[in-house]
Amino acid sequence: MTVTTMTDWTRARPQPNWLARLFDYKPFLVVACLTPALGLLLVFLTYPLGLGIWLSFTDTKIGRTGEFVGLDNFEYLLSDPQFWSAVFYSVFYTAVATFGKFALGLWLALLLNNHVPFKSLLRAIILLPWIVPTVLSALAFWWLYDPQFSIFSYLAIDILHIRKTPFDFLSTIWPARWSLIAANIWRGIPFVAISLLAGLQTISPSLYEAALLDGSTAWQRFRYITFPLLLPILAIVMTFSIIFTFTDFQLVYAITRGGPLNSTHLMATLAFQRGISGGELGEGAAIAVAMIPFLVAATLFSYFALARRKWQQGEAND
Amino acid sequence: MATVDIRDVRKAFGPFEVLHGVSVAIADGEFVVLVGPSGCGKSTLLRMLAGLENITSGEIAIGPKVVNNVPPKDRDIAMVFQNYALYPHMTVFDNMAFSMTLAKAPKALMEQEVNRAAKILGLEQLLQRFPRQLSGGQRQRVAMGRAIVRNPQVFLFDEPLSNLDAKLRVQMRSEIKELHQRLKVTTVYVTHDQIEAMTMADKIVVMNGGNIEQIGAPLELYDRPANVFVAGFIGSPAMNILKGTVANGSLRTDDGTNWPLPTGLKNAKEGPAVYGVRPEHLRIDGNGGIPATVQVVEPTGSETQVLMKIGSQTMVGAFRERVTAKPGEILPVRPDPALVHLFDQQSGQRL
Ligand SMILES: Nc1ncnc2c1ncn2[C@@H]1O[C@H](COP(=O)(O)OP(=O)(O)O)[C@@H](O)[C@H]1O
Ligand SMILES: [Mg+2]
Repeated sequence: MTVTTMTDWTRARPQPNWLARLFDYKPFLVVACLTPALGLLLVFLTYPLGLGIWLSFTDTKIGRTGEFVGLDNFEYLLSDPQFWSAVFYSVFYTAVATFGKFALGLWLALLLNNHVPFKSLLRAIILLPWIVPTVLSALAFWWLYDPQFSIFSYLAIDILHIRKTPFDFLSTIWPARWSLIAANIWRGIPFVAISLLAGLQTISPSLYEAALLDGSTAWQRFRYITFPLLLPILAIVMTFSIIFTFTDFQLVYAITRGGPLNSTHLMATLAFQRGISGGELGEGAAIAVAMIPFLVAATLFSYFALARRKWQQGEAND
Repeated sequence: MATVDIRDVRKAFGPFEVLHGVSVAIADGEFVVLVGPSGCGKSTLLRMLAGLENITSGEIAIGPKVVNNVPPKDRDIAMVFQNYALYPHMTVFDNMAFSMTLAKAPKALMEQEVNRAAKILGLEQLLQRFPRQLSGGQRQRVAMGRAIVRNPQVFLFDEPLSNLDAKLRVQMRSEIKELHQRLKVTTVYVTHDQIEAMTMADKIVVMNGGNIEQIGAPLELYDRPANVFVAGFIGSPAMNILKGTVANGSLRTDDGTNWPLPTGLKNAKEGPAVYGVRPEHLRIDGNGGIPATVQVVEPTGSETQVLMKIGSQTMVGAFRERVTAKPGEILPVRPDPALVHLFDQQSGQRL
């Protein structure tokens, strides 16, 4: 009889087969992992972007391949008052709407971060404007701003008796511009409020308690604790919000289509009108390309504002 | 500096009462430790003292003034939190100076005060760092520095050492104690660790389930625990507790072992009772000791702890001499009658 002792037996070393060896081979792995991502980026991002930029240097029209015309499209736009009006309104729209969204969104977030009754219900309600498809809410605003059937006019005339004539929201330049901004703010608040609320909830309550004992007033707690600790997330949310607002299309297109007198065109809607509705693809593309510097500026802002602050480096504090 | 007077204080969260009427009088400059198992209401009591929780009923006075309705910032109290609650976006200097920043103190005074506190705690080199760049012990010190700068009437500590490793804990323990001896500020210190309580306190308040079990100096609690809970809670390793019946001048357990009654209680009333003997008060005694079967021997160098079985009871002994007995051997032990305790079985109170 043979006695098998522990030392007679050696654990079989698993021999990796060719597939396992291939996946252990780093150059192969790099290529295999990058290909899908790069492919997707190329097909869905780089190609359309490149095509757009190329189109902006041609005189392509719908149904006719254009020729390279250099900077002609841009030169034409520079002397086009309608283009400058769209640039102005895009910047104005973005600035005012972002300010409004952040003022109201931060206020709501601070409110919801306190103990309020029916908190989860309130949070769900607040998300509503964001969940509703944009076109649907645009239609709702269209009704709200209707020259005859506006509920605001009805309230002012028939209920409160403070006006004799209906409000004129969309048929004169500045009221139309402000009305669109109001609609955009309404739609944008949930995103800001919920993101900032998430940020607020990461701030440890004991910091507020410590500050309370240190003798702070409510305003000082906001200024010295809430605001600086919220700043990193505020910067991200603001960058996104600026980009979304600047490139807005649906609201304006559905409510005013750029009118009255083309005064509410954003760069995106003007590009669409010239390029698709008007058929001047080259010119439309040029307008769209002109948005790029603004978007790059917003991204740079985020890059620098988001750079990890010194106090965020190192181990966590808990 | 001030006295603190807690009079019949109760606290309820909604329908649940978590403090059932506690009273503690704290003298000026005293170091009082609230100790008890987790969830017994220590933090709640401390937070009520700080003004972070309101008082359901009863009164808390700091100095001569009842502070039930005084907001935290006017109580002149500084607190060190368990997680330190350092402001992560401020340097150590700014953290420590924060209370003065809020009060718009002049810059020169601010620097003077922060430097004074930094010097006491050895933080001079770290003033420009952020909390994340500090080790646990350093953060702990910054939290204390922030409290010192306040120059408060009362210091509150809520389990300040529980996030530190064992060695640092021992070191910070003596640092806090030394700090108190230097500043002589009235201090209330919460911990669940009875060793911390024993080593640091002038006076210990033992809490359990929202009630105070006993108040007294550390050795008083050790020598004369008022009830079975305190007896089992104070001391490490914990006191051996036996149930039995007092008859003929000794306590007889159900498994038939006889234990000598405490010296002063030779004539204790006959009937059921609880008997307590600390591991360090068991002696090895060859002549007529109670036979104990050794189960585990744990030498620590300075003493030897022995887990053993006496009758059906598992007990711990701690002996100064080196025990060479092996598991399974019989070790004759005898309690020191001058140092054993007897409690009522019904109420748990000391007899
Ligand atoms: N905000 C609160 N709401 C409800 N119950 C609480 C609250 N804070 C503490 N408690 C309860 O009060 C009891 C005492 O808690 P605490 O004072 O934190 O205990 P300890 O500090 O002694 O561990 C616990 O049972 C806890 O669940
Ligand atoms: Mg606690």
